[in-house]
Amino acid sequence: MLRLERVNKYFFRNTQDERWAIRNLSLEVAEGEFVTVVGSNGAGKTTLLNLIGGTYFPDSGCIFIDGNDVTTVPAYERAKYLGRVFQNTFQGTAPNLTIEENLAIAYLKGKRKGIRIAINEKMREYFRERLSEIGLGLERRLKDRVGLLSGGQRQALALLMATFGNPKILLLDEHTANLDPKTGEKIMELTTRLIEENKLTAIMVTHNLQDALHYGNRTLMMDEGEIILDISGEERKRMTLQELLERFSERRHKRFADDRALLSS
Amino acid sequence: MNFPDLTVDGSYPLGAAVFAFMMYRGYGPWVGICLALCAGAVAGLLTGFLHTFSRIPALLSGILTMICLYSINLRIMGRPNLSLSEHLGHRTLFTILRDSFSFLPEVYVRFAFLCILILSLKFLLDAFLQTEIGLSIRATGDNEILVATQGIDPNEMKLVGISLSNALVAFAGAMFAQYQGFVDINMGIGMVVSGLASVIVGEVLLRGKTIFAMTLQVILGSVVYRLATAIALNWGYSIGFKPYDLKLFTGLLVIVILSFPVLKEKLKKV
Repeated sequence: MLRLERVNKYFFRNTQDERWAIRNLSLEVAEGEFVTVVGSNGAGKTTLLNLIGGTYFPDSGCIFIDGNDVTTVPAYERAKYLGRVFQNTFQGTAPNLTIEENLAIAYLKGKRKGIRIAINEKMREYFRERLSEIGLGLERRLKDRVGLLSGGQRQALALLMATFGNPKILLLDEHTANLDPKTGEKIMELTTRLIEENKLTAIMVTHNLQDALHYGNRTLMMDEGEIILDISGEERKRMTLQELLERFSERRHKRFADDRALLSS
Repeated sequence: MNFPDLTVDGSYPLGAAVFAFMMYRGYGPWVGICLALCAGAVAGLLTGFLHTFSRIPALLSGILTMICLYSINLRIMGRPNLSLSEHLGHRTLFTILRDSFSFLPEVYVRFAFLCILILSLKFLLDAFLQTEIGLSIRATGDNEILVATQGIDPNEMKLVGISLSNALVAFAGAMFAQYQGFVDINMGIGMVVSGLASVIVGEVLLRGKTIFAMTLQVILGSVVYRLATAIALNWGYSIGFKPYDLKLFTGLLVIVILSFPVLKEKLKKV
């Protein structure tokens, strides 16, 4: 479904601040896999998602989605394969538009935009139905501006919008990190449900090691732009939190530098 | 759109200049108006390309087009001002209307025509902003990242939005030229700030975030703003107010309104 071949990405190339963010990274994700990605700050997790999403292009290497070479395809063009939810709860929705207008943008994804009135009653009916499934009462607030919603509600909406039209790959970038733990848990529940119901392939970046093992069926650990651990199946099932941390320090001969990861575990 | 477009200072006289040019070539007002719309759209496209293709910041893109348009407008007009007077045989929309409704006083005819024109434009614009393209343009102004992840090219939407708005501005220029009966190369100076002042006045007078409310705010705001300037011009003489103080008045008005929230905050702390 997704294949990265020897991808390299530098930031501030040819300056004093040059940073080699992704190093010769190769990765294959099969259809139906739900991959969680962990690693300390600056390990390259978000950069990896941005490369897949087309926010920027790699300096070398190739990216294939569903057999298509998308290495230098701009973000809006490869959007037809992808759904994305961001850490910032304001990024996944348009705050000044109403709920139904936001959903319409997602509903019309991949269709040619014309001079037709964008939202009709049939669409509204569909929106209400999908919104009632997430159980936040948003189906009664179609005409409310999204900026009026809470962070959790916005993130649930963003998630729903990202899964409209069953994308080939769902990219989740720490999408519960800015929420309180209880809301975050609810959003994770919704995430797994949407992924299972729509049989999506997903990649989720998280800071929470527990979540990384609990959700999904494959876990990657990244450090300094490389994948240093890739576990799935039985090996992953037996993996404990403690072991995961140990594996990390063993590979890199250093302690897990990220306070956030320790605190949240 | 979230795009502060200074092209407007140039595309407003551009519309008027193109209109006058066609009148002097002997064409009727409709031809002139259509071409003014097209010229405005092209001017907007230039700004849009400067911004999206050459990646020049929005403000500078607008200023660059505006400065180019100054020369272009002079080229089109041939000299800094042109009369559209009836004595020269020019028949504008307003003279045609006056003659077709000659049984009514001219002021009423003008007023009724402008009201109908503005309201129909409002409803057209309201409808357009609800279409798929209109919605995409609004979303681009609100959250460019989201729009790209939903498969819409933000640059394309910016181009459509900017050219459309400048077409409307040029149309306004052409209409105003007919209203006052002449075109002047400097008629666009300060148009952006006047527009901004009108929008702000409208937002103060009328609340609401729906499209219907927002276009109404703009109309109401500009009417009130123009009334205020007319009052200042007519009765300001007694306090020494001169017509050339008008821009200062507008500038100060916008400054005061924009600084107000900050001042309020500061005063609260004291």
